[in-house]
Amino acid sequence: MHDKILLSHGEGGKRTRDLIARVIARYFDNPVLSPLFDAGLLGRIGGEIAFTTDGYVVTPPFFPGGDIGRLAVCGTVNDLAVCGAKAVAISCGLILEEGLPMDTLERALAAMRDAAKEAEVTIACGDTKVVERGKGDGIFITTAGVGVSADGWRPAPSEIRPGDRIVLTGSMGDHQVAVLVARRNLALDAPVLSDVAPLGGLLLPLLPRFSGKVRFMRDPTRGGVGVTLNEMASAANARFVLDEARLPVRESVRGVCEILGFDPLYLANEGKAVLIVAGDAAEALVAALREHPYGREATIIGEVREGGSGVRMRTLAGGVRAVDYPVGDQLPRIC
Amino acid sequence: MCLGVPAKILETGDGAAVVELGGVRREISVMLVDDVSVGDWVIVHAGFAIERLLEEEAERTLALFREIAESDAFRNP
Amino acid sequence: MNRSMKYIDDFRDPATAKALVERIRRDAGDAPIRLMEVCGTHTVAIARGGIRPLLSGAVAMLSGPGCPVCVTPDGYIDAAIALGRERGALLASFGDMLRVPGKSSSLEKEKGNGLEVRVVYSPLDAVTLAAATPDREVVFLGVGFETTAPAIGGAIRTAAERGVGNFSVLSSVRTIPEAMGVLAADPEVRIEGFLCPAHVSVVIGSDAYRPIARRYGIPCVVAGFEPLDILLGISMLLRQKREGVARVENEYSRVATSTGNRKAQDLIRDVFVPCDTGWRGIGVIRGSGLRIADRYASFDAEVKFDAPVVFAPEASACRCGDVLKGKILPVDCPLFGKGCVPEEPYGPCMVSGEGTCAAFFKYGA
Repeated sequence: MHDKILLSHGEGGKRTRDLIARVIARYFDNPVLSPLFDAGLLGRIGGEIAFTTDGYVVTPPFFPGGDIGRLAVCGTVNDLAVCGAKAVAISCGLILEEGLPMDTLERALAAMRDAAKEAEVTIACGDTKVVERGKGDGIFITTAGVGVSADGWRPAPSEIRPGDRIVLTGSMGDHQVAVLVARRNLALDAPVLSDVAPLGGLLLPLLPRFSGKVRFMRDPTRGGVGVTLNEMASAANARFVLDEARLPVRESVRGVCEILGFDPLYLANEGKAVLIVAGDAAEALVAALREHPYGREATIIGEVREGGSGVRMRTLAGGVRAVDYPVGDQLPRIC
Repeated sequence: MCLGVPAKILETGDGAAVVELGGVRREISVMLVDDVSVGDWVIVHAGFAIERLLEEEAERTLALFREIAESDAFRNP
Repeated sequence: MNRSMKYIDDFRDPATAKALVERIRRDAGDAPIRLMEVCGTHTVAIARGGIRPLLSGAVAMLSGPGCPVCVTPDGYIDAAIALGRERGALLASFGDMLRVPGKSSSLEKEKGNGLEVRVVYSPLDAVTLAAATPDREVVFLGVGFETTAPAIGGAIRTAAERGVGNFSVLSSVRTIPEAMGVLAADPEVRIEGFLCPAHVSVVIGSDAYRPIARRYGIPCVVAGFEPLDILLGISMLLRQKREGVARVENEYSRVATSTGNRKAQDLIRDVFVPCDTGWRGIGVIRGSGLRIADRYASFDAEVKFDAPVVFAPEASACRCGDVLKGKILPVDCPLFGKGCVPEEPYGPCMVSGEGTCAAFFKYGA
């Protein structure tokens, strides 16, 4: 096998077959994928079906706490989980840049295999293309995922009402800061790990256990908790009020934010969920989350109030400020 | 225009120092301050220490805040 | 929220904040006292802390032209774009400048058209970049007030010492006291107290405000950027008003002194020379700028590329000038929230996330 990806690896001939059979199939060895038909045959699936897709272009591809492969599996699994669906199968579309070290590809594939195993999801099909050097940033991955909602829970933003609580499953900003530090162009040395994790095991058991109490869930990826809450408040036409003192942020993430002038509310997370929960069940639900390794720092961060819509926050100083959509990605500032 | 943070000096070198804030470390220039030592606190802006933070003065300000908070608690039990 | 960062969290204590707010309300007069802060970092801290509504009725907080990004003229952005597009320069900039609109475009938009712009945290990173790319001209966009001037000067000196000849700075440095003087003298603005910038004061010293306090009878208090600093600073201004005095006081005594950082001042005097300069939305303020001294001309991008930045006052419905002078609040501008929003800013106050209008828009009044 070559030590670098060549254009011929994507041209459909012998090199492509070799890449699939001798590299990719070694990592994705399961009965659905192994026949290498043009489609993965999943058989009959019982329950309501959910379907999602996402593209992953993170740079650098490997960063403390995770990598593009783990991200590609968890992101899609989590989009299904917050809609109440257990991921059954995912696809893996690879776009590789000519010259990509084979070792980089293999590390990403191994990570996908391990994440799929943890999430109990089958990598059922895939595709590989190669683009010319300079036309792709190393490796891009697209995954689509099919999931099943066994007991029919659906996101119900219209059920959100005053008195409901806003629950966050753990600390904000870890992923984006880990990637930023890994890019190395800000010369920061920070012990931050990406939180990338599959959340099906954390979230799905809560739905029957707290039947009728969980109104809506989302995973706060790009744009962070701030953007996600605005989207949720908009969908529900509700007013959310956060309590700044209760926002969970790790000390080292805070350190980076203080230095660069970032607001952790708008930093991306890849292993967290926001839930809107009935007031009378929130504390018990938080306790249940804390029983799970991915929910140890779960906490109530705010509540749904009467009147109006949008997101506000009670500040440490005792005032109230709006938490609006940001314009774009945060940039280091001196102002 | 003045985003600056208090950080502690961990190492000093040739016109430079390594500072730490909340477990985050960065190398900065100390060309704007004289004779910094390990353990000193400085304000860091745009990769430079722009001045020392005087811990005694900080304590004095904090003591004033405590006094204000206590007298308020006394008024509003 | 993790609450263990020394010298930061101590100054955010909610119970003390409450006590200070009550103290301010007790000391307040019949009409709200008109206080102006002249630092973008104060603008943001006040907005993020939700402090303005906490003090309504007691204090009218005016936001002055303290955001160097906001007061940078659109001619500067156009000049920077031209250096990149036409002269092949690799631009290095603080993140704050990316979305500032020039006459027709911004650095961010031009990036989409192939303009090379690197965001840096420190001007020294731009020198390092230049040293690593000897075949490219690297131009650093040197925007800031006196807090940042020593850092920009330090980068120029470092480049000079290391012989990094492909590095230069497009300077847009302004100084605060002259602008404060213009505002203090304006009868329409009616300032009763200045909340003076923490880190500018660290460099220039609190004595720099004594001429303003004396000449205009306006109390000046240097205050830090944490909520407790701001509230204590406001309380100190109120007390001066009650006493009928106009002094300079220093709340930020843990860092700022009366004479400032002499070493930083010496460096500024070595690298820069005062000059007249234009402020977006205000116009030319005499002696309020710093241009690069002749002895460092080879690091002055305007000289090196023979591309002087032209200041031309804007003509539009935008009322940024009045917002920057504290004459009106953002909501009083006809464009606020209509033609002018953070994603498509019309004028300087909406430009930087720390501009007055942007802060109002993002955080509420």
